[in-house]
Amino acid sequence: MPEKPDQIAIDVRHVTKVFGFGPDKVHALKDVSVAIRENEFFTLLGPSGCGKTTLLRLIAGFDFPTDGEILLHGQDIAPLPPYKRPVNTVFQSYALFPHLTVAQNIAFGLEMLGRPRAEIDARVSQMLTLVRMEELRNRSTAQISGGQQQRVALARALAPQPKVLLLDEPLSALDFKLRKEMQIELKRLQHETGITFIFVTHDQEEALTMSDRIAVMSAGNILQVGSPKDIYDRPAVRFVADFIGETNFLEAAMVSSTKDRASVRLGSGAVIDASVPKGFSPSGKVTVVIRPEHARLADDGGELSGRLANIVYFGTDTHFHVDLDGGGSFIVRQQNTRDESRRAQEGDKVSIVVGTGAAQVLRD
Amino acid sequence: MASRFDIRRQTGFPTVALFCFFLLYLPLSVVVIFAFNSGTSIAVWEGFSFRWFVQAWSNQQVVDASIRSVQIASVAAVIATVAATMAALATTRTRPYRGLTFKYAFINQPLMVPEIVTAVALLIFFSRIKIATGYSGLGYLMIAHAAFCIPFAYLPIRARLESMDTALETAAADLYATPWQAFRRVTLPLLWPGIIAGLMLAFVISLDDVVITEFVKSAGQDTLPTYMLGQLRRVVTPEINAISTAFLGISVAIVTVFFLISRKKT
Repeated sequence: MPEKPDQIAIDVRHVTKVFGFGPDKVHALKDVSVAIRENEFFTLLGPSGCGKTTLLRLIAGFDFPTDGEILLHGQDIAPLPPYKRPVNTVFQSYALFPHLTVAQNIAFGLEMLGRPRAEIDARVSQMLTLVRMEELRNRSTAQISGGQQQRVALARALAPQPKVLLLDEPLSALDFKLRKEMQIELKRLQHETGITFIFVTHDQEEALTMSDRIAVMSAGNILQVGSPKDIYDRPAVRFVADFIGETNFLEAAMVSSTKDRASVRLGSGAVIDASVPKGFSPSGKVTVVIRPEHARLADDGGELSGRLANIVYFGTDTHFHVDLDGGGSFIVRQQNTRDESRRAQEGDKVSIVVGTGAAQVLRD
Repeated sequence: MASRFDIRRQTGFPTVALFCFFLLYLPLSVVVIFAFNSGTSIAVWEGFSFRWFVQAWSNQQVVDASIRSVQIASVAAVIATVAATMAALATTRTRPYRGLTFKYAFINQPLMVPEIVTAVALLIFFSRIKIATGYSGLGYLMIAHAAFCIPFAYLPIRARLESMDTALETAAADLYATPWQAFRRVTLPLLWPGIIAGLMLAFVISLDDVVITEFVKSAGQDTLPTYMLGQLRRVVTPEINAISTAFLGISVAIVTVFFLISRKKT
């Protein structure tokens, strides 16, 4: 058995979503399948229009799939209206009820579920403590700041103890510092409540720092699912490699390959070791990616050589842009130290040493 | 110095503005001023007095007509507002579709069809029903008024719904509210200012109507405006000014409240 079904919170099976009719048809999701585990912080990452919000709305029940199933703990919820799904959402605009106080907003879901008053009051107090908003319980939602509204939206969605919490770019309206604080806050809430979080974002850094696993989406497809480290270090396709972080693409030719390793010959003639995505047997010409920080500059003896074209200083590190001898360019990132004894200058001949296990063959 | 275009600084602007103000307010102020005339003339000032207000107040016909006006306006405004609220929900809480614009026009029909045409149509229509049923109460006027008040109630309600974030209703559904609960607990409380505004506008429009009322009313069903019209055909005393002034005061008060409510946020 591949995965025990009771460990899967949300199982999206062959879901297609088409908007519009005839010539206006838009395929927002194209036969998407993904299994999201229980108690997982799962992120749907991709540029705007990739279908990540559509998938979230299908799980919430705000839209219905054109085709396919969505299972919640084994039960197909795709045909259920949103008010019959034990799933709650934190909206991008927060969508707090402006005519209700902070506490009334948090109590809303529990009241709709018909819970007894005493239980509701206790739960609201508990939620206010969880998001550290106790002293603002009787404020109107118009009288609190954006960060506080965010917390209320979280508390409101968590109060009914949903099986899954959906978060639709909840941090995008916050300024940088607050966003950083809320990232940590969200991780804390996920740990304390033990609820499965499905988080939608277009911010790759946010996805990398917060997620247990990430699904990278583009044009209605899920391209790769994996841990942040998998996604970053072992991108399977060009889009993922390009979208997440900065990277170097090199043309190469296959020399030999085993199940998940390969030897490839670079344009410079050097043969290096590279990892291969699961279930892919490359041959002939391939593209290899190497992250800028997985290579370093040397005077000689490296796998690649070229002329240093540009040096960009970033404070914590420095980017060296190298024009390769065989054509093309390559970026090397090095951590800055206080050792200023020997530094390359623009125009210098340099050699690039590729770290062991740094290279990855792309599937496309 | 760079001078920004400002319409208020254009040649002739003050003259045009003053002229318009005079045109708008001079006739009104004449009516209001002579309401307080102590003599019987509506053109020659003889001294300050409240006698015409007292006389109008003790005139049983004026009192009856006023009560009738308020009865009709109240019922018509409520019917129109309920219909308008439903129409506004149906036209805003839906995916846009072909024919929606036509539907707006359909709801706003009374704004386009000449009032006299509607009046004639209603006269003929209701007279048939009167003959068939024998009923000749205020009901005809109430229904007629409700019909032409719908667009006036509809516009502020629709404006309110369009400015409301639909994510709020989605959020309510997400938090286990059935469509009816979402409406009762979220949409309706947020829509109230629009509904009240629509109600008041419909009330004022009904209160003020002459043409349709004149055609539809049976004998002895004068409203305040049709009573005043009738009086003007006879001897005109400042009593009519006094009634007009009181009427003006009430209308201005209601419309002011309407603007305050529709300006209110949340």
